[in-house]
Amino acid sequence: MSGIIRFLQGNEVCVEAALYAGLDFFAGYPITPSTEIAENLSLRLPQIGGKFIQMEDEIASICAIIGASLTGHKVMTATSGPGFSLMQEALGYAVMAEIPSVIVNVQRGGPSTGLPTHVSQGDVNQARWGTHGDHAIIVLTASNHQDVFSITVDAFNLAETYRTPVVLLFDEIVGHMRERVIIPEKGKLPLVDRLRTSVKEGVDYHPYLPREDGRLPMSDFGGGHRYNVTGLAHDMWGFPSENPQVIHGLMRHLIDKIQNNAGEIARFREYDLEDAECVLISYGSSARSALHVVKNRRKRGERIGLLELQTLWPFPHRLVREKCAGIHTIVVVEMNMGQVLQEVKLSVPNPERVFLANRMDGVFINPTDIRNILRLIQGKGV
Amino acid sequence: MAIKDYIRERFFPHMWCPGCGHGIVLNGMLRAIEVLGLNKNDIVMVSGIGCSSRISGYVDFHTLHTIHGRALAFATGVKMSRPELNLIVPMGDGDALAIGGNHFIHAARRNIDLTAIVMNNRIYGMTGGQYSPLSGYGVSATTAPYSNIDQSFDIVELARAAGATFVARTTTYHVQELSNLIQQAIVHKGFSVVEVMSQCPTYFGRKNKEGGPADMLKRMKDMTTPIGSKAKQSHTELIERGIFVQKILPEYCSEYAGIIERAMKGH
Repeated sequence: MSGIIRFLQGNEVCVEAALYAGLDFFAGYPITPSTEIAENLSLRLPQIGGKFIQMEDEIASICAIIGASLTGHKVMTATSGPGFSLMQEALGYAVMAEIPSVIVNVQRGGPSTGLPTHVSQGDVNQARWGTHGDHAIIVLTASNHQDVFSITVDAFNLAETYRTPVVLLFDEIVGHMRERVIIPEKGKLPLVDRLRTSVKEGVDYHPYLPREDGRLPMSDFGGGHRYNVTGLAHDMWGFPSENPQVIHGLMRHLIDKIQNNAGEIARFREYDLEDAECVLISYGSSARSALHVVKNRRKRGERIGLLELQTLWPFPHRLVREKCAGIHTIVVVEMNMGQVLQEVKLSVPNPERVFLANRMDGVFINPTDIRNILRLIQGKGV
Repeated sequence: MAIKDYIRERFFPHMWCPGCGHGIVLNGMLRAIEVLGLNKNDIVMVSGIGCSSRISGYVDFHTLHTIHGRALAFATGVKMSRPELNLIVPMGDGDALAIGGNHFIHAARRNIDLTAIVMNNRIYGMTGGQYSPLSGYGVSATTAPYSNIDQSFDIVELARAAGATFVARTTTYHVQELSNLIQQAIVHKGFSVVEVMSQCPTYFGRKNKEGGPADMLKRMKDMTTPIGSKAKQSHTELIERGIFVQKILPEYCSEYAGIIERAMKGH
């Protein structure tokens, strides 16, 4: 790929990609290990006429970006563990009011203050279910900086396409690691702008009446259409409603617009799956170690492959089922107590053959850790 | 334009109890906007949760009904991204100063050009009459069955100390003054706060035996006095009404425009 070669931290790559995607409003609050994103954007955004604001906490940060998105801007906030917990209520607001927004969570060890400077992947289920109530959400991740770049651009595109918050679930290793990345030339990666209504000014605009394809054209706040936005269950005018039919329609719309497009939203990478008997499934930084193991063991003739997930939610059940068809041993490599493991078990017909290779002690899972567990599974002893 | 041109008649009748003060605030606010002749497309009203926050649904502006306590944070995002818009943020006392207290003082500290209207009825009405940080010592509430031991904030002093550059207080009894103060607050460039003492006959009034709506309105007339009045000297317990702070200091969005200019020049 042509472009500018840089040597950057993952957090810095996220910044470059967000700007590439058209980010022009960021609000945030300092927290390890995501702070570099805020620091870099405070420098970069005003250079292009964009806005940066450091709010009084993470709650205010996500609220501010939702407000800015409504006026027609591409917005993002970035945080880690405790800050992500604080954002959950407003995240649900963005789901309910259908506000395009990108929320970065550079994961660290938890629960609570946990391990601020150490790696973890413990927020996978929180990203899915952290806010209250039934809902659907998009959660993406990446393991290397080139993918951090493209997945971040994707996050903005998906947020604008589906009018939804998108969570970028990176981790401390990816966020702080430095490696080579090629910043693509402008126009190389496709960018999506939100669908705006074609209803003329002064004509009755129904902000929450989906088109037949489920999409909901927006009108910028401050423009020609005045309408109501609320976190309450609402009708096509955005006005609070307790009508069961209206609420049913709203809930189905909110969930279907994402679940029905799970195939479109699924991003992944696969390595050596064609003839594999054993498949590792991983994501984020732990996929780097998993890939290392696959490459090494392939050299020794083992039929092993890697499925690296980049879309964690909606969970790509069908993809996992198809890629793991006929596979004898599946090993999920992750840095938590088995959050993706459960989804993989739900995906395949042989859940008893799905194993976990994990660490959750703040130490990066390395290839030796994975190899040792593989040997145990294969009955070879460590 | 007539007042009815500023409301969404489709969504009436409103959900407030008979005798509630919030309708008077709505009326005063719309009259202020009418006098100022603001274009409806240039007004964004952002509110949180509570009886007072439902005000945003009834007006024909860009309206953003958000989550409890966070209206000012949402409003900050709207204002920062479109500084030319007029942002009006009606809040209840619990919304603004309990759950939203942090956002209140920080919006004031930044001096961002928002107009905060705190409709202070000293109670959580929507949840059925619990004490708020404005209820005051000795008050009865459904969560203070043995009487309230919490001291209350003084909204004016809090806003002043936090850095608000326009701070005023009035009541729902003083409707002309109410409209006039909101007008000045909207025009003011910077963070402005108008505390409107309002009545909740359904909960506060009933729990504290203050009579019906008319009795409560009369109480507000009797317990307040204009700033610097003679009556205040002899009756120090009287609560003052009027403009307490009105000063010009750099406004946040204007300051940020300066940042953009510096960043674009490369230093």
